[in-house]
Formats: sequence, structure tokens, C-alpha cells
Amino acid sequence: MTVLNILVLVCLAYVVLLFAVAFGADRAARRGHLRWLRSRLVYTLSLSIYCTAWTFYGAVGFAARSGLEFVTIYLGPTLVMVGWWWTLRRLVLVGRTQRITSIADLISSRYGKSNLLAVLVTILAVVGTTPYIALQLQSVTLSFAAVAAFAEPGAAAAPLSEMKSTALWVAAGLALFTILFGTRNLDANERHHGVVMAIALEAVVKLFALLAVGVFVVWWLAGGIGATAERIAASEISQFEVSGGRWVGLTMLSAMAFLCLPRMFQVMVVENEDEDHLRTASWAFPAYLLLMSLFVIPIAAVGLERMPAGSNPDLFVLTLPLAEGQGGLAILSFLGGFSSATSMVIVAAIALSTMVSNHIVMPIWLHYSGGAATVSGDVRQVALMARRLSIIGVLFLGYVYFRVSGGGEALAAIGLIAFVGVAQFLPALMGGLFWRGATRSGAIAGLCAGALIWLYCLFLPSFGPAVLMSEALHAAGPWGIDWLRPHALFGTEGMDPVLHALLWSLLANTGAFVIVSLLVFPQPLERLQGAQFVNVFDHSGTPGGWSGDMAQSEDLLIMAQRIMGAQEAQAMFSEAAVRQGVSGYLPEPSPDFLQELERALAGSVGAATAHAMVAQIVGGASVSVRDLMAVADETAQIMEYSSQLEAKSQELARTARQLRQANEKLTQLSVQKDSFLSQVSHELRTPMTSIRAFSEILRDTDDLSPEEQTKYAAIIHDETVRLTRLLDDLLDLSVLENGQVNLNIQSGTLEDLLDRAVRAAGGETDRFAIRRARSEERVDLSTDLDRLAQVFINLVTNARKYCDADPAVLTIRVGRAGDQLTVDFSDNGSGIAADEQAVIFEKFARVGQNKAGGAGLGLAICREIMLRLGGDIAYLPGQKGAAFRVSLPQVAPGASVAPEQSLAES
Amino acid sequence: MSPERRPVFLERRSYRRRRIADAARLLPLGGGLLLCVPLLWRGGPADGTVTAIIYVFGLWALLIALAAFLSRHLPGSEEGGATGKDPGERE
Repeated sequence: MTVLNILVLVCLAYVVLLFAVAFGADRAARRGHLRWLRSRLVYTLSLSIYCTAWTFYGAVGFAARSGLEFVTIYLGPTLVMVGWWWTLRRLVLVGRTQRITSIADLISSRYGKSNLLAVLVTILAVVGTTPYIALQLQSVTLSFAAVAAFAEPGAAAAPLSEMKSTALWVAAGLALFTILFGTRNLDANERHHGVVMAIALEAVVKLFALLAVGVFVVWWLAGGIGATAERIAASEISQFEVSGGRWVGLTMLSAMAFLCLPRMFQVMVVENEDEDHLRTASWAFPAYLLLMSLFVIPIAAVGLERMPAGSNPDLFVLTLPLAEGQGGLAILSFLGGFSSATSMVIVAAIALSTMVSNHIVMPIWLHYSGGAATVSGDVRQVALMARRLSIIGVLFLGYVYFRVSGGGEALAAIGLIAFVGVAQFLPALMGGLFWRGATRSGAIAGLCAGALIWLYCLFLPSFGPAVLMSEALHAAGPWGIDWLRPHALFGTEGMDPVLHALLWSLLANTGAFVIVSLLVFPQPLERLQGAQFVNVFDHSGTPGGWSGDMAQSEDLLIMAQRIMGAQEAQAMFSEAAVRQGVSGYLPEPSPDFLQELERALAGSVGAATAHAMVAQIVGGASVSVRDLMAVADETAQIMEYSSQLEAKSQELARTARQLRQANEKLTQLSVQKDSFLSQVSHELRTPMTSIRAFSEILRDTDDLSPEEQTKYAAIIHDETVRLTRLLDDLLDLSVLENGQVNLNIQSGTLEDLLDRAVRAAGGETDRFAIRRARSEERVDLSTDLDRLAQVFINLVTNARKYCDADPAVLTIRVGRAGDQLTVDFSDNGSGIAADEQAVIFEKFARVGQNKAGGAGLGLAICREIMLRLGGDIAYLPGQKGAAFRVSLPQVAPGASVAPEQSLAES
Repeated sequence: MSPERRPVFLERRSYRRRRIADAARLLPLGGGLLLCVPLLWRGGPADGTVTAIIYVFGLWALLIALAAFLSRHLPGSEEGGATGKDPGERE
């Protein structure tokens, strides 16, 4: 019992270590310490999730049954990695330029962003991977049971129910880990640093464990290399009798699976930081595989010789040290198997959940929720929730499969069966990367044909005769047609079932793919994507597919906020606006920008969905002449000319639009200036008139009572105060504009400042509420607090005056954008019309002809103040009501000497 | 874009790089063929497995060494591409 307890303890400690490593890596990544996380070594080690528990334990069993043949499982990936210059380089580059999130996304993106294709790939991937996850659960429970059996030799083998509860706990723990570290961020292109780091650690543990057992077996049990060779020669597997078909077939199969397995695609392409990491992995990963398989045959041979007949060779790695009384080594070996199982399940769950949520859940959700704009970031929340639920679903399916199949021998064979299943992606994948003629219909036909044959010949029969397929069907074929028997299609009797299924499914798959591709004519978008994928090395700067003249930038921003979250979307839009030289937060919807936006969205929800969402706003995706030119570069010069004309005219239209905007703004300004002058004159005249009138009364009337005198003098005084205030504002503005103002730098917290501003602006009333998040506001500031308060007071007062909702609610939110602090003031009124947004910060501007007569200087002064403080104030479009964003540095420029100053003054 | 003029002959350095890229493409093919050699030994000596182990693992190690060598000299890498070829760039 104690051994078992120790094992459980060690396991828990190991899991805690994994959590700590993942957590630490995530934190380091957020702080920007990425050097270590992005190293080539980590990338290479993360590829090791190819070695699952099936290879960790199973390789020895495989070797004990059929000798050296096990090595083919490692030789295939070795050849692929060594030949990275052919395929992997292209695959990774395409994945990075197109912001691919999964293998389903890649295939759908290549064939015109077709969601049908993505759904097919996703379903096949789930069907192929679920049993594989069950296999990992089985291996953990089996190894646990093996240790338990050794700990209590008297007791009967652990009851099945106990094994099942072990599997359930393992599955639940894995789901928790995966959700915690795998769904932290939505954008698949923001890598899962924590997960990758934990996997790299697990890779080291499993390699070390296997090598330790190997060294123990060779130099301890067998007595050196020479003696080991003699033992191998004396054992049952001494004869090299590998069938040629299986040797070549399995090597090819493992090579294909290495490229197509969703989890391999995840670490190899999606989590890749830099194409150059492949360069190192091209030899380092084969070296890892070599080390993993180095001691497999010796362990198998010695195990066969020493262990009692009938013991499970799949568990030799664990039972050999146990039988020799090496408890520590056995625990290490157990941890190795545990690592192999967990890392595979985690990555597979992440990959599958991304596919399921992006290609199945999200399209359905978007379809039913329609385009109704709601809260920013809501799509993001749904996507993350979908991903979390998918992870739980995938692991639960794996657990159910494990329980239903009873964890028997049938499960052990599933590894190769799953390989054949995912190998069906290969024709569409490679065809898409190398052949421009490959079409969507071809890919669908090929996938369906291959998948059906795989299901019929290999997957369904794998449950055993008479479980899912009747005995009669097995023996005589459907409707008694002899040459349709699942294990002998077209009379190919006596073939190895895996090879048989591989041969026929891939033949049908490739055949259908090629023939249909040759027959149909692709859509423009397919041709465009095809050219981008196949010629990825030629033009990395790819042509855009949108012509966004009628696109509304604001609608796009609202949509982007829903998916990416408000902050990220605003940052992206304002960055693009800066690049285009447009002021404010909304860039021109140029084709380049639309393309960039679509790519960014694709990183979160997949290419097909992103395309559909942009199309919803911009209108039908148009493939311009220029894009088609890139597809058909053999076309004549004349088309080039017309495409240039088209580009020119589009550019002209854009410039004209910009000019028109500028002109409108100028006209408006001039009108405003005139109206301001009359306003100022009016404002000056009214008090002047009353001052004059009352001073005349005072001068000319003799018998005024003292009360009347005081009253008239007070009126005169009030009017002069009003005049002074107006002149003060004007003066203030001109001082600010000329840069003659001296800042009085002080320190304080934003919270206090906002309190002060709210109080000064009249506080909250029944009809005017202010919502704040005080925890965000506890930020220290070192700036001109009085001036800043002036800005805040102005904004709060404006909201109070102009917000037309009842009750009016002003929300103040504090955030960060880069090194700037942002304070958003948004109300729930009807906002400011688009044509007025452009001028509200200009002097003399007043929105509408409204009641409460300010001179229209408030916002202009605010802007000047913010510019002096090193920040800015801007109108924030895409919110519900009027919204202003004040951004400022935490420490105002020139404030470094502030503390001494304030000390000296005090 | 396509009818841009491409030189018929390349200078020595670029020529070398292209041939290295060729070698990198051929490596998996050659490796795959050589890995099939043990299949021809069927019905050989009783300790066939030991010989096959030595052959397969030796070939494997050789492939790794060649891949490591090629990966340093293939074009496109900042270190491998530039530092390996500095002498040529001086001209």
C-alpha cells in the first residue's frame, strides 16, 4: 500500500510542478521575457508530443511482438523532418502568413475559405483522435494497476471499477489543466507559452526515464553492450523477418500522420514562433527520436527473457524495474509514461477544441445570433466558452470510449488505425500546398471517399466482429458481394488490415481529389488562395481581396471589438489609422487594411468565419482584377494595364473622398468661426448693455434707495464677472496654444482626482448617475493635477448637460494602451453625429444649436491641456452614446524633477 | 513579374547554395531508399536483428549528422546564411 501511496504523492507533486512551470512561463511571457520561451530547444522538445504513451510503453511491446518493425513509427517522422526543406518549411510559412489556427483551418482557408471542408476535417479529426485519447487514459490506468499489483502481490488485480475511477480523475485533471492554460487567450497566434513549456519539460522527463530504464537494463541486468547483443541474438526476436510491405507502409504511414495529426500540426505550425526554429529541429528532433528508440529492443529482449511468460510486454518498461526491486526507477518510468500520456492529451484537446469551436460552434452561433451588435467582446466570450466546453467534451468522449471499449486489446491497435484516419488529410493538404489546380470540390470528394473507406475497412471493424458490423457482413461482404468485404476490397485477400485500408483509402482519396479537381472550375477566391499558398515564397506581401469603398469603418470596429475585445480592436484600428495618416480611431477601409483585419480575426475564429463576418459588413467579397492578375500571371499585358487603371481609379476615389472630407471640415470651420464671432459679440454685448443701462441709472437717478443702489451695483458686478470669465477662457486657450503655459506638476492618485472632478461638476443626482470601477482607478499620477481635473470636470459637465437619456448614466473606465493610461468617459445618450465628430475639438465648435450657451471652448481647451500633458483626448466611436477617451502618460513629460519641486514648495 | 531576367549562370556562392538546397531535398529520398536495404536480407543469419539494429541506427545517426550539416548551410538563416559565407561577401 505504501508504494501506491508514494506513487500517488509523486504524481501529485509532478502535476503541481507542471502547473507551476506553465504558470511561470505564462507570466514570463506576459512580462515580455520571451527569449527563453521562444528558443529552438523548446520548439524541438515540444514536437516530442509525437511520442505518446502508446510509443513510450507500446514500442517495447511492439518490439517484443515483431522485432525491429517498431522503428518504422519513428523513421517516418525522421524522414519528414530531415526533408523539411520540401514541405515543412512551406507549411510553417503558410501557417504564419495566413494566421492559421488548425489543420482544418488550413485546408478550409486554402480552398476558398470553405466552412464545409473545415467541418469535414474537424469531424474526421475528432473521430480519429477520441480513441487515441482513450488509449492514453488506458495506459495511465494500466501502469497504475501494474504498480498496484506489484505492491500487493497477494491481492487480485485491481477491480475494473477502480481503474475507471483512476481514468476519470486523470481525464478531469487534464481538462482542468488544458482549460487553465490552453484557453487563456483566444488568438491562436498568441502562443500558449505555458502549455508549450510544460510539454517541453515532459519531453525531457520521458526521454530521461526511458534512457534510465535502458541503461539499467543494458549495463545492470544484461551486463554490457556485447552481452546485450548476445541476449538479443538468443531471444525470440533475433530473426529479422519484417515484411517489406509493412516496413515501407508503416514508415510512410507514420510520415503522413506526422504531418496530418491535429496535435502535431498544433505544435509544429500553430505554436511556431519563427521558421528558423525548423532548421534546428530538422536534426535535433530526429536525434530525440533516435534516443527514444535506442534501448527499446534491449528492453524487449531482456524483458522477454526475464519476465514470467504471459506478462504484458507493453508494460516491460515499468514491470522490469519493479521485478528487480528498483522502486525509484519504476516511479521514474511511471512518470515518463504519465508525461507522454498527459502532454499528448493536452495538445490534442487544444487542437480539437480550436477546430470544433471555430468551425462548428461559432458559425452556428453567429447564424442564430445574427449580426446584432451587442456588447464588445461578446463573441470573444462565446468563443472562449465554446473552446472550454469543447475541451471538456473531447476528454469526456475519450473517457466514454475507454469505458465502452473496456480497455482491452482492441484499444492497443487503435494507434495505427487513427494514423490511417488522419492520413486522409494528406492529399488535400499537399495538393493544396503544391498544386494550384487543386479545388474545393476535389478536396471534399477526396476526403469523403478516403474517410468512408477508412471507416468501412478499418475503424468500424476495429471494435471487433459483430459489434458494429455484423458477422455476415464481415465474412461475405454487403449483399453477399464478395469483393466488397471490408478486409479484402476487390479481392485483395490476406493483406495486413492496416496496409489494406491505407492502400485503398488513399488511392480512392487521391483519385477522387485529382479527378474532381481536373473536372471542375474553381471559384475566384479559391484560385486566389491557391496562388497565395503555392507561391508563398514568391509574394509574401499578398494582394487583398476586398474593395472597401462602401465599408463603414465604424461597423467594422464594432465587429472587431466583439471578437477581439475592445482594447485590442481599438489599438489595431488606431495603429492602422496612424499608418494611413488619418487622425482619430477610424482608418480608411482600404483593401490592405481589410485584409489585415480579416487575418487578425482569422487568428481568433478561423479563416472561414472571419471571411464571412467581414463580408457581412463590406458586402460581397470582391476579387479585384489585380488579385486575379496574381493568379493568372500568364495573362496578357493589357490586363495588367486595366488592373493598374482600376487601382488608380480606386486610389483617386479615395483621395477625392479625403479631399471632400477636408473641404467639408474647412467650410464647417469657417461657418463656425463666423458664428463664433457673432456669438462672442453677442455675448459681449448683452452684459455690456445691461452694465451700461444700470450704470446710467446709477449716474442719472438721484433718489435711489441704498437697497436699489446695492442691487444695481450687484447686477453690474455679475455681468462683469461673466465677461471676465469669457475673456479668461479665450486667454487661457491662446496661452495654451502658444505653449507659454507653465505646468504645476504634483503627485496624486487618479481616484482622488476623479472624485474631485465629479464633486466639482455637481456630483450625482436622480437623473444623472456615474458608474466607476474604483479598483482600476488606484493609479499614481505625476502631472499637472489641476489642469487634468479641469479636463475631467469639463467632460463630466458635458455629459450632464448634453446626455439626453433618462436617467443619464456616465461610465468612467480606466485602462491602458501601451505605456499610456486611458480614461474613457462614455454616456448612454444618442452620441454625436458622425459629421460633427470631426469638429468638436475645434475652437468655437458647438454641437447643434443647443440650449446651455457655452462659448464652445471647453473641449478645445481640454485638447490643448492634454497635448501639453503629453497625452491626448479623442472621440471614441463605436460606443453606444457619446464617448471620449483621455489618454495620458502616468508621468507627464518634464515631471522627473517634480518630487523635489513639490518638496521644496511645501 | 515572371519575365524578369534571370541570369543563366550563377556566381560561385549562389551556385553552392542551390546545390546545398538540392542536397537537402534529396536527403529524405536517399535515406528512405537506404532504409529499405535490410528488407533484402530476409532469410539471413540467425542474429539478423542485431545486424539490422546496427545498420538502421547507424544510418539514422548519419542522416541526423547530414541534416545538421545542411541546416547550417542552407540559405535563409541569419547566422548560417551570413557568417558561413562571409569571405565571399567581401568582394
